[in-house]
Amino acid sequence: MPKYLLLKRYRGGPEPHHAFPPIDQWAPEDVEAHMAFQDRVSELLEEHGEYVDARALTPARTWVRYGGPDAAPVTTDGPHPETSDLVAGWWMIDVESYERAVELAAWASSAPGPGGKPMYEWIDVREVMWERPQTTEET
Amino acid sequence: MTEKPSGGLDEDALRVLVPHALAALVRRGEDFDRAEDALQEALLEALRVWPEHPPHDPRAWLVAVASRRLVDARRSDAARERREEVHHAEPPAAEPSPEKGDDTLFLLFCCCHPELAPSSQVALTLRAVGGLTTREIADAFYVPEATMAQRISRAKRALSGPPVRRLDQPGDLAVVLRVLYLVYTTGHGGRVDLAREAIRLTRQLTLATEEPEARGLLALMLLNHARLPARRDPEGRIVTLDRQDRGLWDTREIAEGVRVLQSALTAGRPGRYQIEAAIAALHDDAACAEETDWPQILAWYDDLIALTDDPARRDPAAVLGRAVALGHVRGPAAGLRETDRLRDVLGDRHRWHAVRAHLHELGSDLPAAASAYAEAARRATNVAERDHLVRQAAHARAARM
Repeated sequence: MPKYLLLKRYRGGPEPHHAFPPIDQWAPEDVEAHMAFQDRVSELLEEHGEYVDARALTPARTWVRYGGPDAAPVTTDGPHPETSDLVAGWWMIDVESYERAVELAAWASSAPGPGGKPMYEWIDVREVMWERPQTTEET
Repeated sequence: MTEKPSGGLDEDALRVLVPHALAALVRRGEDFDRAEDALQEALLEALRVWPEHPPHDPRAWLVAVASRRLVDARRSDAARERREEVHHAEPPAAEPSPEKGDDTLFLLFCCCHPELAPSSQVALTLRAVGGLTTREIADAFYVPEATMAQRISRAKRALSGPPVRRLDQPGDLAVVLRVLYLVYTTGHGGRVDLAREAIRLTRQLTLATEEPEARGLLALMLLNHARLPARRDPEGRIVTLDRQDRGLWDTREIAEGVRVLQSALTAGRPGRYQIEAAIAALHDDAACAEETDWPQILAWYDDLIALTDDPARRDPAAVLGRAVALGHVRGPAAGLRETDRLRDVLGDRHRWHAVRAHLHELGSDLPAAASAYAEAARRATNVAERDHLVRQAAHARAARM
């Protein structure tokens, strides 16, 4: 069974289906509905035996590289800290097929937004590579 | 102990024996690292054997079985060394330790050695004193079992060598208390309730030392833990203190906490845990949020920050807590002015923004509250807190309109 990461983003990715304000500016009942849906996604994945992991990332980012011998690491918050692509979190799922991963991603993307309408949010679907060789020989 | 043994063995009772058995081995001069390994094996053996053949003296049984393992291990080491023709000094002589006193305290001093990193102190304490398995500890900290096993064995190696150093000095108890508090604060979630475990260990510690701060810490844990059932609603959402259903608070824990705190305070040496416990007790004592005795709480916070030179830098959490009390006693503007002192130190932390949001709300400045809550949400490092702060922001914004 292949594993997939369904990545959510704070920003970046294809042109959004429609724009919406940050969640702290939504009506309180819309916030509740959205959060309830997010919880439901993990619950349902577990019920289906497809859940592996779910994590959220804070929006603070630090780029780091080796500073050279005897030098401190070099850090920056990026060339375009306000607009660059930024991952917000993921679900990792273990599913029968690529098609199933796409189906679940589309469902996750239907999370209710302002006014209770689906957000049509882009979800980045990435297959996770296996660590170990298969027990059967390659042909 | 993860697996439930068939015979309905009382695992809690078994775990209580762990520090005593381990201390007996270490005091006899055994190496800490090896003794702990041998005892873990003895515990597994106990889980297998005891349901059918309960021992007369469980602790003596554990010590005897662990000792046999140690002898076996030494024999095979000696054989290997002979083979390798290496001439080593004999293993530590079983010289009886003159030290008396409580086993738990002795082991806590070993596990909370000041040279170990806090994460190692915590892990080692849970295993050697708490009797938890590596698997359970790994679960509680959301790391793979192999990672936790490695952390524990590195920590044990750092402690091994010449018989565990004498650590019976006043400074070290402060480290022990800090480690136990760390176990408590990281302890919600996972299959093992670390908060409960921290309370159990601290209670044992209070039997071994007269130090009032140990009782202060136990009181603080109890008085906080009592509110735990009210801290989340059925959907898992955070409920702030002022909105909690006080009928859900554990009155027995509160009563015990107050009793323990009073007995600590009679020593006349209030330290930070006693003071924080006193503040918690005042919150627990209020029948509703409006009845909270903020002037008293503020007075305790004054004592708390007086413990430190330059508290804004060295104990900013206390200054932040005091700012809330100040906001309730002298008005939100006074509280906000107090938080200004902390901008350089805490301006990047969600808690600083959340406190300011709360103070703005108290002063009915809802637009400022909404944006401060949103700032706090962006900096939160915990999903439940982040969601709570987003909700607060949305509510403040909606109420304004």
